[in-house]
Amino acid sequence: MLLYRAQRCAAVLAIVALLGACSPAERRADLGSEQGVLHWGNASEPQSLDPHIANGVPEQKILSALFEGLVGKDPQTLAPIPAGASHWQVSDDGLRYRFFLRPQARWSNGDAVTAEDYRWAWWRALQPQLGNPFATLLFVIAGAQQYWQQQHGDFDQVGIRVLDRLTLEVELAHPSEHFLQLLDMPTLYPLHRASIERHGNPSARASRWTHPGNLVSNGPFRLRQWQINRRITVEKNPHYWEAQSVALNQIVFYPTENITTEERLFRAGQLHYSYDVPVDKLRYYQRYHPEQLSLAPYLGSYFYRFNTRRPELADARVRRALAMAIDRQLITEQVLRAGQLPAFAMTPPNTAGYYPPATAPQQLRFDPAAARALLAAAGYPNGEGLPSLEILYNTQEEHRKVAVAIQQMWKQHLNVDATLHNQEWKVYLDTERRGDYQIARASWIGDYVDARNFLEIWLCASDNNRTGWCDPEFDRILLEALPRANSTAQRHQLLQQAEQRLLDGLPLLPIYTYTSKHLIHPDLRGYSANLLNQPLFKRLWLQPHNELGDE
Amino acid sequence: MASATTKSPTQLALQRFRGHRLALASAALLALLVTAVICAPLIEWLLGHSANQVDLYNRLAPPSWLHPLGTDELGRDTLLRLLYGGRVSLLTGLVAAVAAATLGTFIGLCAGYFSGRTDTVLMRFTDSVIALPLLPLLIVLAAIDLTKLGLSEQLANAESVSLYRIIVIVALTGWTTVARLVRGATLSLREREFVLAARGLGASHGLIMRRHILPNLLSPIIVAVTLSIGSVILLESVLSFLGLGIQPPLASWGNMLTNAQQLIWEAPQLAIYPGLLIFITVICCNFVGDGLQDAFDPKAES
Amino acid sequence: MNSALLRMIAGRLASAALLLLLVAAVTFALIHAAPGGPFASDRAVSAEVEAALNAQYRLDQPLPAQFFAYLGQALQGNFGPSYRYPGRTVSELIIAGLPATLELACYALLLALLIGIVAGSLAARRPGSAADQLSMGLALLGICLPAFVLGPLLVLVFGVYLEWLPVSGWGELAGDKWLPTVTLAAGYCAYIARLTRAGLCQQLSQPYIITARSKGLSELAIIVHHALRGALLPVVAYLGPACAGLIAGSFVVETIFQIPGIGRFYIQAAFNRDYTLIMALTLFFAALIIFFNLLADLVALWLDPRQREALS
Repeated sequence: MLLYRAQRCAAVLAIVALLGACSPAERRADLGSEQGVLHWGNASEPQSLDPHIANGVPEQKILSALFEGLVGKDPQTLAPIPAGASHWQVSDDGLRYRFFLRPQARWSNGDAVTAEDYRWAWWRALQPQLGNPFATLLFVIAGAQQYWQQQHGDFDQVGIRVLDRLTLEVELAHPSEHFLQLLDMPTLYPLHRASIERHGNPSARASRWTHPGNLVSNGPFRLRQWQINRRITVEKNPHYWEAQSVALNQIVFYPTENITTEERLFRAGQLHYSYDVPVDKLRYYQRYHPEQLSLAPYLGSYFYRFNTRRPELADARVRRALAMAIDRQLITEQVLRAGQLPAFAMTPPNTAGYYPPATAPQQLRFDPAAARALLAAAGYPNGEGLPSLEILYNTQEEHRKVAVAIQQMWKQHLNVDATLHNQEWKVYLDTERRGDYQIARASWIGDYVDARNFLEIWLCASDNNRTGWCDPEFDRILLEALPRANSTAQRHQLLQQAEQRLLDGLPLLPIYTYTSKHLIHPDLRGYSANLLNQPLFKRLWLQPHNELGDE
Repeated sequence: MASATTKSPTQLALQRFRGHRLALASAALLALLVTAVICAPLIEWLLGHSANQVDLYNRLAPPSWLHPLGTDELGRDTLLRLLYGGRVSLLTGLVAAVAAATLGTFIGLCAGYFSGRTDTVLMRFTDSVIALPLLPLLIVLAAIDLTKLGLSEQLANAESVSLYRIIVIVALTGWTTVARLVRGATLSLREREFVLAARGLGASHGLIMRRHILPNLLSPIIVAVTLSIGSVILLESVLSFLGLGIQPPLASWGNMLTNAQQLIWEAPQLAIYPGLLIFITVICCNFVGDGLQDAFDPKAES
Repeated sequence: MNSALLRMIAGRLASAALLLLLVAAVTFALIHAAPGGPFASDRAVSAEVEAALNAQYRLDQPLPAQFFAYLGQALQGNFGPSYRYPGRTVSELIIAGLPATLELACYALLLALLIGIVAGSLAARRPGSAADQLSMGLALLGICLPAFVLGPLLVLVFGVYLEWLPVSGWGELAGDKWLPTVTLAAGYCAYIARLTRAGLCQQLSQPYIITARSKGLSELAIIVHHALRGALLPVVAYLGPACAGLIAGSFVVETIFQIPGIGRFYIQAAFNRDYTLIMALTLFFAALIIFFNLLADLVALWLDPRQREALS
């Protein structure tokens, strides 16, 4: 019996020893503030750190710390600022850009960054074997699209010329205002050729050049450690041309998949920055810690696609009736409640100075009577005769709530029955692509700040259209008239014309414009929210707040 | 105990069960729950609005005559959703648990009783089913186009298809625990004197299994079934947590509980009600199971 | 060790190989039957890219050819590259995630067995007593609280409110293994307690116990030295599947506590259609489950003399 008791005690002790004794949890963020280590919630394990393979926002954040393009973006205004290039010249016709690289720019192994590094990287970006999802961004460059589609195998025909070690000239296919913005995107970062070729075929996906110890980068930070599903640590790059003004010593990126857990981590002092905020915590932070909550407009649109190939949705009046029967304000204020803006057009307002047609909010206003009249005119008085509609969405709580609300509004205001159908993400993508739906939830996040980026998905030939809607006039404006525009004002006017055609045709039901939501530790300084939700890590710093002992 | 001699074993068991006050109370509570759930349309009619009616101007309303338990984050009546959710959850739990246990008992009994080659084959089969990982299977099964499996378009797209899918999957994968329990017990029972005696007297295999082995197995099976009703209801909630459970707009306690997680600060009652109902159901099932176990046990003293 | 036992083990191992083949075939068929490939994304990839990617991963070949090519590679220990994480091989990913998952499962099992058996024995000692009601009540609580409720609840109390333990992570901060272990162990602990109690109650009414009692042995000694051995049979039968469940089922706990284990990878892989990773993890789990079941059967043999007789 004594023996038994001793066994039991031993077992308890063993478990305690294994698990580690209880102790007050340390606050990683406070320690980090003192040591200049930024703890950053980054949503998910990055797919890859290869700028030509990674396509998610979390990957983009890490890459922006590791690499630097020719031109950067001001973290507040998103205006172009010198980065890899100290300055540049644009020809009068807007077709030729000449970039002058910084002579002091270095790779993290000490090699000089040259114009050839950019050219080679862009060559690599256009290799189809890599499956680069953003290769199309390079199509603004003369000859790039033809090279990609393998109409010619000669990269020299693509308008990228190395004039000397530090001068790069780029010839565009047509004048593109957004070209400078593209230079800050991972697909256009320079790459260190020698270190990539050391790990095999440069256009093979399964290369190990992105692993710690192998990855050579030119940005303010370099890769230090990568523990799968745990953390990615980057440290200050001593060879960076502006290293002396980089304040942070390290940034640790955590794959915080579960936003509820992430919020708890933040509250327990383990993170300086959260990737997202759970909706029901917004009220709490707004009331008690407004200084820790960052809510800002985000360049993304949430909308529904109408499958115009379906007979019941082929009539634009039916689509308009459905669009006018939803109360967007009610959805944003009562269902979403995170400062989202009701949307009445595809493009978010003030996209680099562009506004959707001013009549849009009036056109798609919430007006049940007008909606009923439209539906009756289309042959469905009081919704009679209209087949039941199905809203397809990918399985997620927020989409479900919006869909339930819209379902109810249609029933109430139009007497139209709708059912909800959720599918797991990949299945939903497949269903949508095959056109096997009636109404599908969708969203589009801008790659760069330009209205064209939002409108071009509605081109007849776009793989992202998926609605069967095709308007030759819309295509003509975007593809022919727009490239010839010679002033911003004229450009915006053309874009508005195109967007008006889109809103007349209405293959989509605009719902709201996104907001970005983050929790920001009071020690984190230099952070400013912007439309692209893109921080400039080299300008961030940490100021320990408890130096005065205000704990 | 003189009167006991005139009573059948079933009557005796009933008598013993009636003596088990907790079990009796639990059975009553369960019956109440079932009745309430069956009467959901009646209550819907009495309240004058439907379970799926959204009222965004009346979100998270406190209890009132119109909404006895208040409303949820979309302004739907909580009580009605709980009742309809209960239908789904109880049905899933009961049907799936009983189906799984029946299958498991049959297979375990055959394996344990016949032993030898039959045992090997059946246990390898059990192992292979256990070895199939349930959750990724569910993800994949949720994705498969059911019309390709020969189901009619109408059935494949029915709202309740997620419900059937879960029942079928639980039944097809959940029987293994019972099968192993039953087999283990049968293996030792078949060597017991009374079985050997029955065999010596020339009783058929079917008779021995039914008469002599099965009754002795009832208590572990009942424990397993009662527990698994609860765990199926819980499994459904875990699946909901992963987005794979009963799919909206069909409500279940599991998906209500999951949806309420996001609102745990703002509206804890939305998590508490379904959580409490799951809890009560599982507890009652267990008490009833205990009661039955004592009642069926031939050696139990009254 | 007798030859019958050895033969049984050999037979089980041989059938395990066949079983794994079957599991591989079923999984392969299932994942390829699900719509949406590994490279589908919200932004349409152009036809050129898709063709290049499919060619690179041999996804353009007929399915049987792909399956046998995969098997051939897998037999040589090469489970292929991950589709989702192009710079990584599947083996690399599994090795990275395995320690945390195994560790978590081991701790949870130890905790569950320890508390479960002790609580079950205490309860069985005097059925109906306060100790019985309390421990069985707690067991019910453990069964009724799913991990995704219990986990956040424990975090709220011990991590956020009391600040005694870290809210997430594994092996990063002192004491961060407690909450995940307890969360994972709770359900199993409750189950084991119930099985132990049920088994003990039955054993305690057996004639040999009455004999032991008549010899004047204390109740505790009877339970520990005589009854427990037989009473643990159902527990042991339950342990095989439980072990496998602990490892494979820890993904909810891994998600709640941000533990970098393979459970988390598994679910992600299924959602991402990372075919190679799903295949490898399925085979891995299947092998583990087969192994644990064999182990459970061997322990049962050791505990139950009757089963041993039946074998020889």
